[in-house]
Amino acid sequence: MNRQGRTTTPHAAANSAVTGTITGNRGLQMEEALIFEIGEDGRTGVDLPDAPNVKDRLGGLKRQGKIGLPGLSEPQVIRHFVRLSQKNYSIDAGLYPLGSCTMKHNPRLNEKMARLPGLGDVHPLQPVSTVQGALEVIDQLAGWLKTLTGMPAVAMSPAAGAHGELCGLMAIRAALKARGDVRKRILAPESAHGTNPATAALCGYTVDPIPATADGRVDLDALQAKLGPDVAAIMLTNPNTCGLFERDIKKVADMVHAAGAFFYCDGANFNAIVGKVRPGDLGIDAMHINLHKTFSTPHGGGGPGSGPVVLSDSLKDFVPVPYVVHGKNGLELVENGDAKSFGRMKSFHGQMGMFIRALAYMMSHGADGLKRVAEDSVLSANYVLASLKDVMSPSFEGPCMHEALFDDRFLKDTGVTTLDFAKAMIDEGYHPMTVYFPLVVHGAMLIEPTESESKDSVDAFVTTLRGLAEKAKAGGENVAMFQAAPQLTPRRRLDETRAARAPVLRWKPGSNGAPIDKAAAE
Amino acid sequence: MRYLGLTEADRHEMLETIGVPGIDALFKDVPAGALNPRLDLPPHQGELEVERAFAAMAKKNVSPMDVPFFLGAGAYRHHIPAAVDHLIQRSEFLTSYTPYQPEISQGTLQYLFEFQTQVSMITGMEVANASMYDGATSAAEAVLMAQRITKRSKAVLSGGLHPHYRDTVATLMDQTDQPHVAAPVDLAGNEDLSTLIDDQTACVVVQNPSVFGQLRDLTSLARACQAKGALLVVAVTEITSLGLITPPGAMGADIVVAEGQSIGVPLSFGGPYVGLFATREKYVRQMPGRLCGETVDQDGRRGFVLTLSAREQHIRREKATSNICTNSGLCALAFTIHMSLLGEAGLTKLAEINHGKAVQLAEKLSQLKGVAIVPQAFYNEFAITLPQPAASVVEKLVEKKILGGVPASRLFPGDKSLENVLLVTVTETNTEGDMDKLVAALKEVL
Repeated sequence: MNRQGRTTTPHAAANSAVTGTITGNRGLQMEEALIFEIGEDGRTGVDLPDAPNVKDRLGGLKRQGKIGLPGLSEPQVIRHFVRLSQKNYSIDAGLYPLGSCTMKHNPRLNEKMARLPGLGDVHPLQPVSTVQGALEVIDQLAGWLKTLTGMPAVAMSPAAGAHGELCGLMAIRAALKARGDVRKRILAPESAHGTNPATAALCGYTVDPIPATADGRVDLDALQAKLGPDVAAIMLTNPNTCGLFERDIKKVADMVHAAGAFFYCDGANFNAIVGKVRPGDLGIDAMHINLHKTFSTPHGGGGPGSGPVVLSDSLKDFVPVPYVVHGKNGLELVENGDAKSFGRMKSFHGQMGMFIRALAYMMSHGADGLKRVAEDSVLSANYVLASLKDVMSPSFEGPCMHEALFDDRFLKDTGVTTLDFAKAMIDEGYHPMTVYFPLVVHGAMLIEPTESESKDSVDAFVTTLRGLAEKAKAGGENVAMFQAAPQLTPRRRLDETRAARAPVLRWKPGSNGAPIDKAAAE
Repeated sequence: MRYLGLTEADRHEMLETIGVPGIDALFKDVPAGALNPRLDLPPHQGELEVERAFAAMAKKNVSPMDVPFFLGAGAYRHHIPAAVDHLIQRSEFLTSYTPYQPEISQGTLQYLFEFQTQVSMITGMEVANASMYDGATSAAEAVLMAQRITKRSKAVLSGGLHPHYRDTVATLMDQTDQPHVAAPVDLAGNEDLSTLIDDQTACVVVQNPSVFGQLRDLTSLARACQAKGALLVVAVTEITSLGLITPPGAMGADIVVAEGQSIGVPLSFGGPYVGLFATREKYVRQMPGRLCGETVDQDGRRGFVLTLSAREQHIRREKATSNICTNSGLCALAFTIHMSLLGEAGLTKLAEINHGKAVQLAEKLSQLKGVAIVPQAFYNEFAITLPQPAASVVEKLVEKKILGGVPASRLFPGDKSLENVLLVTVTETNTEGDMDKLVAALKEVL
């Protein structure tokens, strides 16, 4: 569909100059315009009946003028999004070793279950008698989460991990308030996810960093020095973001409790210990669980997630609404809490679609399979660590948990940075590991293979990294290769400075096919 | 276990490479006694068994597909074209991560850019972010953003605001003891909020159409806000309404927050949904959440990246505009695809059908003895007053296999003035037969 006077691929000139093809395409790699540049008036991808012929009751508020949305047929829409999809890396296409993100296999059975009539299509405000099955899903999942964590209660409504952190801190704040205790400080290690301090700030707390020891764990002496009557809680990730289990965790819990504070655990790394260790046995008061990590609900390019929070005896009364209880006529939904509940965190009852997927995953694994998940994910990460420690620089002695942390010492004086190394992996067909996080080591590379990978797959990955490490160290013209990487992708390195300096956050009419003036961008 | 990649032989070989005798040696840092607890949970099951278990649970629910259905109040049943669900299940969309490596995430980044554009267009605003959890959390974040911009603390919440939105805002504000004034319940939609705006007011949050269905012109409220230096936050729970009615942007809104579920996202018992968040360009650096921006690559070709991340938690930590990390990417994609299929003509027509059918039902219901339609102007949902408590009427309708609406008492428990109020919603999915069944059943039970 190439109408005169308009290119179907904006900047085709620039593209073809790069690719040498007339279209700018490269075989199966298609250039794709924005949807607004493809569509035009007078076309639609849906077939709707005529609206009833009635006098409107809009009180004179009918929209004047056009919205500006393009019109496309169904085949155009499908082709557009299929072409877009082909520009994405995904778990289904290859190993996705993003540390802290647990990019495990997303079983399709879960997708099927979430779409069952009677589950995927029920309304949150239907009379409770007509949604007993939906409440049963929530209740069953809550049961699994409580058993796996050894905790007496769980708040189901948080919509993601960071939302779960917020829920946990709100519960802690409510518990402190209930005993007439106002505290101002939260302690969090420097290796914490950025969400931890951001969450603490939302709850009005200041954040005080806890130093780590040389072996990557909480420094107990420093912790003791920081504790005091104004500390509300510690936020600790365990296993921590360096991929290590906090071996003094029970001591930490005792110290925190002795100071009258609470122990919040960031459960992002629960995959390493699911079925193997119960956080409830370690003295934790609240912990969120990312269902989109440990329990395989798809990451979806950035959500939706789900972040239920398990709570200890000391916090179990301070839950958000709503929650499910067993009543005399079956399951009931408590939508308006008692005085202890700190309130509501979002519309309705939580991420039901994710609950179904997570529960299907749990049932598929069973208690035995989940324990195996922890073991295999830890085994794979340690195998990666053992297989690379002679050519890359591990930040800490093993054993690690489900992710292995390296830093950039092995690249010292090569002219190759962590970023260059990551980008070179892309040309080799891998999504890079998490880079520059955690902040406690220089040029961090955090590798999490997950239990989904076969040994062959991990071996191939290791071989690739060994090859790249050797190439980087060999120097010479290799350095230019690293600095130019990636070269085989739909796009090469993007100008992030330009994007931030003069933000273009939407398409506007008239910007159609306007070639971007590279000189002006300098 | 069908999802695990390692064989026994692999495990053995890997342990040898690592140089440990067994798996538990890798867990040596776990405190004594805490390793390998006995778990009272069933063992692994095959697909067939899991399917059976879920089918049994699904059977215990009444599916909206099977009965005349008139529920809304923040979540709406609309028809989703088959192409939407097919496309969002493509591996490359479903099983990818947040697009932190732009060279191999252009698919996700481009649809986010398209999503932001569509959201800006329909809300009548200049810019939009790449999604929030849902409409209510968007509203709470909008209040925080208004506080940052105005350097004031108070929020005024309309009496027509969905209680879930009101409560989500309140919960977040309570954390830092911020003042918020919830105006009295406004069934008729004639509240005057301008009297509540003072020089400490950061923003006014008002929903249009209101939770009771009332459509209002917000232009004068926007002016009142502006005169006092407060921002106007407009919440929209039924986004298809903007296919037909004047968008908040054209009425002078400073921030628009909305629930995008109506476009492309199934009801799914309340989540996951997709929060929309749009504002003026000048406030962009105060926005929460992810933003996708256009740029060029090394070869000068157009591409997209996540941008202005200095606002976000992973860069700014405790000074971030929000703690949000994971948002609603895949729901945003569903929204974008459905909106692309609709286009200008489709969205307009869809909204006309919704409104037309609602007008038809309102006329039929108003013929019933003791029933009155509350809002003067509405889109596709409206409150009605009944001669008896709405909750018991709804239960009686359930016995007749009709899901007749949401009793206001479900959202406003304990408010005697709303005991007899029922919220009724009509969409393109309702047939004339459905409406006639509802009217006939109501005639019997009232």
